[in-house]
Amino acid sequence: MTVSPHAAHLAQLNVATVLHPLDDPRMAPFVELLDPVNAAADAAPGFVWRLVEDGAADATGLRPAGEDVIVNLTVWESREALWDFTYRSGHLDLVRRRREWFLRHVQAHLVLWWVPAGHRPTVEEALERLAHLRAHGPSPRAFTFASTHTAAEAAEAAGAPGVTV
Amino acid sequence: MEDIDAIAALQDPVRRRLYEYVVAQGREVGRIEAAEAAGVARNLAAHHLDKLVESGLLESGSRRLTGRSGPGAGRPAKVYTRARAERTVSLPARDYRTAAELLAEAAEEAGIDSALGAAARRRGEALRGPSAPEGLHEAMELLAGRGYEPYLEGAGGADGPAGQVVRMRNCPFHAVAESFPPLVCGMNLALLEGLLGTEGPVRARLDPRPGECCVALSKNNVH
Repeated sequence: MTVSPHAAHLAQLNVATVLHPLDDPRMAPFVELLDPVNAAADAAPGFVWRLVEDGAADATGLRPAGEDVIVNLTVWESREALWDFTYRSGHLDLVRRRREWFLRHVQAHLVLWWVPAGHRPTVEEALERLAHLRAHGPSPRAFTFASTHTAAEAAEAAGAPGVTV
Repeated sequence: MEDIDAIAALQDPVRRRLYEYVVAQGREVGRIEAAEAAGVARNLAAHHLDKLVESGLLESGSRRLTGRSGPGAGRPAKVYTRARAERTVSLPARDYRTAAELLAEAAEEAGIDSALGAAARRRGEALRGPSAPEGLHEAMELLAGRGYEPYLEGAGGADGPAGQVVRMRNCPFHAVAESFPPLVCGMNLALLEGLLGTEGPVRARLDPRPGECCVALSKNNVH
């Protein structure tokens, strides 16, 4: 039997610093998009999992990276599945209008990394990958859409002797 | 094959008709269908379609067009679709793509989406002419002239013409849109809003789908 093509899944974290609290009227258009966009994610081809706060519909109440920083942590079957949802669905309108609601990040605000299928990344793990990307630039351990690495490259990098990843 | 050789393969009028027909369908096209559309014999169409595959302008595959499978289903038919690769020729050599990528990268880093949107809207308005298009078909001509490859969806549906939506098979900004989606799709929406007007009977809105332009058009008389 050959190795399943879905043996590795792609984890995604993005962080966004809000310009105003979520109950501010200026944030209302963003807040209104949350439920439909999250529902679209849940139904999207290749969607595996997203972080949700206990007792809530999403993760916007969790602020592990700072009081005014919301986090979005998801897992997908492939880069294509994540790409199509991010930029080829109703989610695109949300990112198009990002300047209305979020502070422009000088540092990387989105990180991708491979996880074993079935693994649910923790917020700590995700923030560590983002810190790695910010400190070292894109690598098989932590990369971006513009600098994608395959799961095979990530496995090789992780297993290479003498290389700390 | 060099781009210039691939493009030169379209000089033959039959070949060009076949190419344009296959491209316009946005799906796999069989030899018989293409021959009928181009008004030529099946063998001649097959010859030219295969030349287009050799040139890298079309891709071929095989499929059972009847939908049957197993014994008795017949031999799979050869089908053709447009190749994904872009072909460009500029004489003398120009490199606007690198310029576009660098400008987009700088715009993304500077966070100047709204300035880009404003410039795109002004350009759209300047391209519009004296009046905004009155209906979807007029809008489609405008879009076709700009390379968007528009098509009508929902024609004859339960909601009648009011439910019709114009979608576009081609993104004229494909390469930069793939690298900087929110920036370039926002620019594209602003350009089309300028071109079609935001107060007129035809409205542009963001409604992306995989493999197509990020914008869709509909009539504004639904309410």
